[in-house]
Amino acid sequence: MTRNVSITLQNTADARPIIEAITEDNPEATVADFPSMVKIDCPGRLVVKQDSVSERIGREWDVQELHLSLITLSGNIDEDDDQFVLAWT
Amino acid sequence: MAKKKKMGLKQKYALLTRGLDWETTYQPMDKVFPYDKFEGIKIKDWDAWEDPFRLTMDAYWKFQAEKERKLYAVIDSFSQNNGHLGLTDARYLSAVKLFLTGVSPLEYMAHRQFAHLGRHLRGAGPRVAAQMQSLDELRHAQTQIHTISHYNRYFDGFHDWQHMHDRVWYLSVPKSFFDDAASAGPFEFLTSISFSFEYVLTNLLFVPFMSGAAYNGDLATVTFGFSAQSDESRHMTLGLEVIKFMLEQDEGNVPIVQRWIDKWFWRGYRLLSLVGMMMDYMLPKKIMSWQEAWEMYFEEQGGALFEDLARYGIRPPKYHDVASKEKDRISHEVWAIFYQYTHAAGFHTWDVDEAHKAWLSEKYPNTFDKLYRPRLEMWKGMADAGNRFYNNALPQLCTTCQIPMGFTEPDDPSTICFRSSEYGGDTYHFCSDGCKDIFDHEPEKYVQSWLPVHQIYQGNCGGASVEDVLKWYHLNLGTDNMAYEGSPEQKLWSQWMAGRHPVAAE
Repeated sequence: MTRNVSITLQNTADARPIIEAITEDNPEATVADFPSMVKIDCPGRLVVKQDSVSERIGREWDVQELHLSLITLSGNIDEDDDQFVLAWT
Repeated sequence: MAKKKKMGLKQKYALLTRGLDWETTYQPMDKVFPYDKFEGIKIKDWDAWEDPFRLTMDAYWKFQAEKERKLYAVIDSFSQNNGHLGLTDARYLSAVKLFLTGVSPLEYMAHRQFAHLGRHLRGAGPRVAAQMQSLDELRHAQTQIHTISHYNRYFDGFHDWQHMHDRVWYLSVPKSFFDDAASAGPFEFLTSISFSFEYVLTNLLFVPFMSGAAYNGDLATVTFGFSAQSDESRHMTLGLEVIKFMLEQDEGNVPIVQRWIDKWFWRGYRLLSLVGMMMDYMLPKKIMSWQEAWEMYFEEQGGALFEDLARYGIRPPKYHDVASKEKDRISHEVWAIFYQYTHAAGFHTWDVDEAHKAWLSEKYPNTFDKLYRPRLEMWKGMADAGNRFYNNALPQLCTTCQIPMGFTEPDDPSTICFRSSEYGGDTYHFCSDGCKDIFDHEPEKYVQSWLPVHQIYQGNCGGASVEDVLKWYHLNLGTDNMAYEGSPEQKLWSQWMAGRHPVAAE
């Protein structure tokens, strides 16, 4: 059975393009809305792509800007300049 | 135009954490780093440590400064615009009082302990991570103190939080939890706070509670909460990383780490029973029940985590099954404790209204109507008859978690769970097998526990009467304590609300 990885972001103007990018790049992701936050679950692996977010905000997005919107996560992390990956092995 | 050539994240992180430190020669390394071996954890290669976020100092300052700017803009604006008037109800503040007096001093303790680790871990990678976390924790303490400062101008019970943290009976629950962790060695501390608490359990503390704060109009708490929580993601990552690091370094580390996971899961879980009460009883507008949060964050997310760790020979924490059996009970049991002892607390409790009872009944179909509703209704009847119930006997405390003995048998919610151990000719009492096991493994540590009820009986808490003790706590009697109904806070809140609806009030 593939267990979910999970990421929770603030429900803010800065986070919305990230949430959109995640849902487009991870078709299996499910999004749950809570007051002031959004929890995204995805089986096994979830990726946040630098390109996808940059395209939405019209400037180069630094993957580390994710820290400004991040509330919590579940899964092993691997981050580099191009993407942020959450996965269970 | 040529694109400016930037150094990659991996390269920057490697430059920060590799090759800048050295093997000491004037003094042996074991004297320079005296704390990282006595626990029995064997580390062969400190450089195998890597922060998956690969956060470097320049990025750290940049993003932390940005978080601070956002946070203080909101806190200032909240304060300037009388944000407290937008709360759903003043009863909500009981949860905030418990949080800010119970948790904020722990943030400061965490700052101190991570500063200690930032000096004393032998590897540069983990030292850098610990130094960053130390600064984060100081920031959290400061932002929460700013929030205390605002609420203290308008509400009761916030005026002497640091003093109270060292003395008040229920604040000894979080205080002793953290003191237990901070007085352990560095690897146990990391397992307790970074892994068991931050990774496995902190979601249950911060996430539904902060979302609840948003739902109840508490902008200040949402803001410090989520700002802290964004650091927390990094701390959780450190927690998971340190566990994997220890397990990968030496097979002999596995049983040591497993025992710590078992211990600190149970310690943290017992501490969070207070949060269960806050979620189920203290939020006027509710987000999710304790049981739902437990299922989402422990059973589902924790389940995935422990499946992932199984490859190292780690199993889920001992007694996690007991915690799941208790998920539809503990919040009610803890509320019952605080309802009875509200005369000795720095916050209020109240008689639960019908709509709230209906919600509890819906969320807890197997337990609420059968086990807890009758008790709440009996108490409501007593209060209506002018005889609001306060328990004037001092409760027996669990020697390990320090919570009054109000929890029930794992398989029988109508019988109080009671365990004991003999040590050095004395008998020690526990609320559960989990707390008893922790004591039995390190009795020489826990016999030193500062148990508030024992201290009162020994004459160390200001005097022999309840009033003497409460004055020693610096509680303002008749203001900070007692039922919400009839409190000065309720009166003031009603006046403010009437002022906001002049037409309706006429």
